[in-house]
Amino acid sequence: MTSWFQSTWLGYGFGWFLATLILILLIALPLMLAVAMIIYADRKIWAAMALRRGPNVVGPWGLLQSFADGLKVFLKETIVPSAANRGLFLLAPILTFTLALIAWAVIPFGPKMVLANINVGLLYILAVSSLSVYGVIIAGWSSNSKYPFYSALRAAAQMVSYEVSIGFVLIAVIMWAGTFNLNGIVLAQKSHVWITNAFGLNPLLFPLAVIFFISTMAETARTPFDLTEAESELVAGFQTEYSSMSFALFWLGEYGNVLLMCALNATLFWGGWLPPIDWAPLYYVPGIVWLFAKILFFFFVFSWVKATVPRFRYDQLMRLGWKIFLPISLIWVLLVSGYLEIFRFGALQ
Amino acid sequence: MIGHWLKSFLLWEFVKAHWLTLKYFFKPKATINYPYEKNPQSPRFRGEHALRRYPNGEERCIACKLCEAVCPALAITIEAEPREDGSRRTTRYDIDMVKCIYCGLCQEACPVDAIVEGPNMEFSVENREELIYDKAKLLDNGDRWERALAANIAADAPYR
Repeated sequence: MTSWFQSTWLGYGFGWFLATLILILLIALPLMLAVAMIIYADRKIWAAMALRRGPNVVGPWGLLQSFADGLKVFLKETIVPSAANRGLFLLAPILTFTLALIAWAVIPFGPKMVLANINVGLLYILAVSSLSVYGVIIAGWSSNSKYPFYSALRAAAQMVSYEVSIGFVLIAVIMWAGTFNLNGIVLAQKSHVWITNAFGLNPLLFPLAVIFFISTMAETARTPFDLTEAESELVAGFQTEYSSMSFALFWLGEYGNVLLMCALNATLFWGGWLPPIDWAPLYYVPGIVWLFAKILFFFFVFSWVKATVPRFRYDQLMRLGWKIFLPISLIWVLLVSGYLEIFRFGALQ
Repeated sequence: MIGHWLKSFLLWEFVKAHWLTLKYFFKPKATINYPYEKNPQSPRFRGEHALRRYPNGEERCIACKLCEAVCPALAITIEAEPREDGSRRTTRYDIDMVKCIYCGLCQEACPVDAIVEGPNMEFSVENREELIYDKAKLLDNGDRWERALAANIAADAPYR
């Protein structure tokens, strides 16, 4: 598409610019729609597990609930507390939202469907997800209020802790796939275990898949680890002072991040856009459908966990991150590299 | 000891909990879908007030002011004078629904079952002025809800 745009009167530079802009919109707009629907789905799943009905009034089965909420929030006044640092206060939600979106640039939706097919895609993801903590920290600090500040401190510690074990899990995956490129990682999973296209079914990598899943839940501050917005302790955490669109941007960013983490789970361990089973007829279904189905499955599990597990205490959270996940993932990096050294590279021969 | 370790590393408690919530996920909902479905109501339900009439259209209230006297919230205001035919009737019968605590003492006090609290509980309005009910509004309520009111009183009669 880029080359087609460049071949028209637009010229090389402007053609590239326009083509990329359109591609970005092609990812970002459906993503926003998906986020709206996923918020609805989250509420419905959560409600169903609590034997409630969930939103069911706006639109058929309440499908338009998120849009009604969005409209409502859009019509409200943005209130900036007088003691807050105005610039940073307004920057924080924008930062959160933007960082939730830009990571999607490297997610492969199909064999050729990736916006930026860079060969260090995984490093890029790590960098972006590390940056996303800044939105929360800035929001908490600039609110100039107690609870948001506590929340920011918690968020910083929590995200740093879990990024460590995520890093080690990713190292194992990278070693196995031999590439940082996400598309390469997906392709490396093709008929990986017998006829299934998934690293996650490999007995050596399955524990890592579980650790990665739980860590992503902590990374996105979903319910068992939602210490940052623990409503029973911190009012609403870093969002306490926010209203209107600035609040909505946090929500969009949060759920955008959740979707991103679901996509990463699917891509890194469960075959991404590949069909689950390496069987020719399944390849007629476009890869984006498989990826989407996997994302939805993981999102269901996210909601399921949210509806089931009560919030961790802060010391439990830290214990899980540093004293359980870190040692296990470290040992597993050793195991995986040893296994690869012996069986793939033949160190013993 | 090893069993405990194994249990915590296989996330056994979590698996069990998730199985339970998954079963609940497919169970029928416990919530009543309120505006479309409603809970059953007791005939003694104390909702919106109404002034009833006799079947011939004559209003029941004889302006004895027992309800005004018994009202613990001082929500009822009654003024009365003899009508041309000599019967005692109210000229004014106001209930301040904002003050009312829905205790039902007015209907207990009423000797002629004129003031009653009906089954209606959906009378929310957008400003306070509309919640100061006058005699016309109360009589109108009585006319609207008469069938339900009479049925409730009849259902409750054996227990009084």
